[in-house]
Amino acid sequence: MDWTRKDLLGLDDLSKEEIALILDIAESFKEVSTREIKKVPALRGKTVVNLFYEPSTRTRVSFEVAAKRLSADVINIATETSSVKKGETLVDTGKNIEALKADIIVMRHDYSGAAKMLARHLEISVVNAGDGWHEHPTQALLDMFTLKEKLGRIEGLNVSIVGDIAHSRVARSNIWGLTKLGAQVTVCAPPMLIPPAIEKMGARVTHDIEEALRDADAVNVLRMQFERDEKSAFPKQVDYFQTFGITQERLSRLKKNIVVMHPGPINRGIEMSSEVADGVSSVILEQVTNGIAVRMAVLFLVARARDKRSEDNR
Amino acid sequence: MKIIVKNGLVIDPESKLDGISDILLEEGKVAGIGRDLGASADTTIDAKGMLVLPGLVDMHVHLRQPGREDKETIASGSLAALKGGITSLLAMPNTSPAIDSAEQVRALKELIAADAKANVFICGAITRERRGEKLSDIAAMKKEGAVAISDDGVSVENRQLMFAALKAAKQNKILTICHCEDKMLSGSGVVNLGFTSTRLGLKGISKESEYIRVSRDIELAQKAGVSLHIAHVSCKESVEIIAQAKNKGLPVTCETAPHYFSLSEEAVLEYDTNMKINPPLRGPEDVAAIRQGLKDGIIDAIASDHAPHTESEKAIEFDRAEFGTVGLETALSVGITDLIETKVLTWSEVIRKMSCNPARILGVDKGSLRVGSDADLIIIDPQKEWTVEKTSLISKSKNSAFLGRKLKGVVLYTICQGKVAYQL
Repeated sequence: MDWTRKDLLGLDDLSKEEIALILDIAESFKEVSTREIKKVPALRGKTVVNLFYEPSTRTRVSFEVAAKRLSADVINIATETSSVKKGETLVDTGKNIEALKADIIVMRHDYSGAAKMLARHLEISVVNAGDGWHEHPTQALLDMFTLKEKLGRIEGLNVSIVGDIAHSRVARSNIWGLTKLGAQVTVCAPPMLIPPAIEKMGARVTHDIEEALRDADAVNVLRMQFERDEKSAFPKQVDYFQTFGITQERLSRLKKNIVVMHPGPINRGIEMSSEVADGVSSVILEQVTNGIAVRMAVLFLVARARDKRSEDNR
Repeated sequence: MKIIVKNGLVIDPESKLDGISDILLEEGKVAGIGRDLGASADTTIDAKGMLVLPGLVDMHVHLRQPGREDKETIASGSLAALKGGITSLLAMPNTSPAIDSAEQVRALKELIAADAKANVFICGAITRERRGEKLSDIAAMKKEGAVAISDDGVSVENRQLMFAALKAAKQNKILTICHCEDKMLSGSGVVNLGFTSTRLGLKGISKESEYIRVSRDIELAQKAGVSLHIAHVSCKESVEIIAQAKNKGLPVTCETAPHYFSLSEEAVLEYDTNMKINPPLRGPEDVAAIRQGLKDGIIDAIASDHAPHTESEKAIEFDRAEFGTVGLETALSVGITDLIETKVLTWSEVIRKMSCNPARILGVDKGSLRVGSDADLIIIDPQKEWTVEKTSLISKSKNSAFLGRKLKGVVLYTICQGKVAYQL
């Protein structure tokens, strides 16, 4: 299995083998972060540009750490300092970064499809760090990496995703990735937060949290964004916690221990209790650590694929 | 100026023509149809092996003039129409300013007289500035020459106002064309609501937002006792509702656009903004229903809904891009490729829906070939294939949903008002 893509845009596009390859490479990179000198020269001389059109600390920092541990130079561009406000188009911004001879753009954007559009217009690599409600592939990859590490496999697992599925790029990427690797995915949310025809992506749907947890090996709890302007159809925060919140009490009623994940940042007392977030089932901080290894793998693979391409063209 | 078109296969269902024939054109009129017309002509065109059809009538075109001449003009749009075999078209009033008064109709008429290469008919706005608040002076616009009224681009939300408009349309014997969209339901959606919107993480436009408004407008028209034309029908439920109305004998007609019988929502999967159209490309079951509706005669007409936009309005994020595809230059070829070649419709049926019916619905004396009719005809090579490319389009805008598609059928000559107005 060889990686040939210059970009990572989403897991919808990837084969089972490609996803497995990223997870394998990530495993070999994980050790780097435990060394005294946490650096390998894999991307020495390469420039990675973090282009973030949406506020994000954890994903941006995770990519920055990953790139630096690969010895790449990193430049951060955030909306406040960008020329977006001056009306430059995304493609123009991308072409300018390309003209600076950068090698990889890591982009977070609030519009779905933005990463795909940018990648189509550029020769250099584009890594999607989250586009609108569409995909957040590295988050799903680090979730899968963590599951594999904790439970030894992905195939055959029952994984439930709880929360605002309709507006979640994390949910979409997880559904694609997990189902491709042979897990059974259940999504659980109030009806208005389940998007239409999600079953066609391979997920089961339930509106009952007890049912979602019953046979689950792991639960991925999404951040509830009540500040989002979706008007009256949204449940109140308190109602939500009572009906869908992950509590120690709910977990203790289960026959087995389940792995509890969260992409962060956590709203304690809204989608899960503090007790659960800090409890033995929680792997939330391990997800953060694994995020670095997964992003190192992704940056490494897209850079290598592009190098190969230019060698072939020579 | 005399033109004789010889040896072509002449098809016109309205005049019951379907055989090899010659056509003599004189003084802007059809002077003879038959063999051995014996006339000496200034121009003789040998159409052996080719089809000779009445010039197409496209009842839904955005020419963008006045106001957005960077997208299209009367000159560029009407020339693109001729290249697509369209000799008559209806210009939609959502220009800037909107065509919402006798003065605007008159000003547009003057522009058309100066610039148009084809027959351009005028559609006036139902409400002032198309804001849905106050009726336009429909009587005055009709008097000035408008052949229809529509707020196309938006629906008239206020039922009372819509009802008043329909009564005014009846009084003034003018056609009302409805853009059926309940904005409360479609909101800020950008693609069909369903698996595709879910998969792409984009806001959806439900089919309800279209067909509930189709129902409302048919009911209001029935109450007002007036005929109604539904624009750009895109979904199965709309076809069913219109079928029921027709079964009841109500004077309801409708059109669809080539993209609705040719493309489904799957075409949007790569976030190609040329596939961002309103109403949106629907599911495969809707595409099938549109084809069936055409076949069953529920859908009377095919209109391009030619909606030109500049590169900078399309080469941006999907959510921010404008809605619409150009269509004047591809409508006929898409019809040949996806309706005739696929045996959904016969040549006669396609000509009915692209020439005879739209002319009849608009009440204009076009779309048919008979002695004495206007000399608007086209000669096409039905077998010749071409690939749609930006460079092959002559419209000012290149935002075609069919870019890259191989299509069948090429217009060789377009004769408009008795003159060769376009030649390949």
